[in-house]
Amino acid sequence: MMTEDLTNIKVDKSVDARGTSCPGPLLAAKKAIGEIENGQVMEVLSADEGTRRDIPKWCTKKGYEYLGTLEEAGYYKIFLRK
Amino acid sequence: MSEISLEQRVETLEKQLRELKDQRKDCLSMVVFSNDLDKILAALIISVGAAAMDTEVRLFFTFWAISALRDKNKKIKGKDMKSRMFGSMLPHGTEQLKLSKMNMEGIGRDMIRGLMKEKNVTSPEELLSTAAELGVKINICEMSMDLMGFKKEEMIDYPDLSYCGVATFLADAGESSIQLFI
Repeated sequence: MMTEDLTNIKVDKSVDARGTSCPGPLLAAKKAIGEIENGQVMEVLSADEGTRRDIPKWCTKKGYEYLGTLEEAGYYKIFLRK
Repeated sequence: MSEISLEQRVETLEKQLRELKDQRKDCLSMVVFSNDLDKILAALIISVGAAAMDTEVRLFFTFWAISALRDKNKKIKGKDMKSRMFGSMLPHGTEQLKLSKMNMEGIGRDMIRGLMKEKNVTSPEELLSTAAELGVKINICEMSMDLMGFKKEEMIDYPDLSYCGVATFLADAGESSIQLFI
């Protein structure tokens, strides 16, 4: 997915995990994913470079669709579709 | 020249591969041997991470690592002298664990603990309670308990904690897709 698409994407659930380090963001994502329906979009905010690599792996394992990552000032926005 | 066609050989191989895959569960079996703060931290982060990815986790605590699971508030009476000696020289729970390097009589440990807070790294105490919430199983080696004179009554309250021998670990590890020793 192109970056342009990500900036305008409709986010159904936002998880702010900027205050935690590994494995905090992954845990936060796991907890939050249960609160959305299949097909809905979730974004994970993380200041952790590792999370940017971890979330796509988690998506592959769980069968979610990793949509891409936006770099913001000091953190990442990681998008996925359940 | 082989009489079996390539197609047949591929089919046989695929069947064998399927069988191999089926034997392994999406499960992490880990031997936790060390009671160094850094190693326990690594063991717990990997465990919680695996559980967050919905991998079943079974930890086999043996030897020194068992001291990390003691509850410092539980006092046990009726131990023999050697057990008391062992008991007093080993840590009572994760809060008393030392670093494997640069511990410097506890100065290094305190520095790392301080840095962890500063950088939002979860403490072993919090990780243990998260592990409990996520259903991480803990098995404690009964022989090591006996050897070091630890009593079941002095262990932490953990929902899925049991005592077992090496065969349980081997059986668990044998059917797990990931096996680690820390």
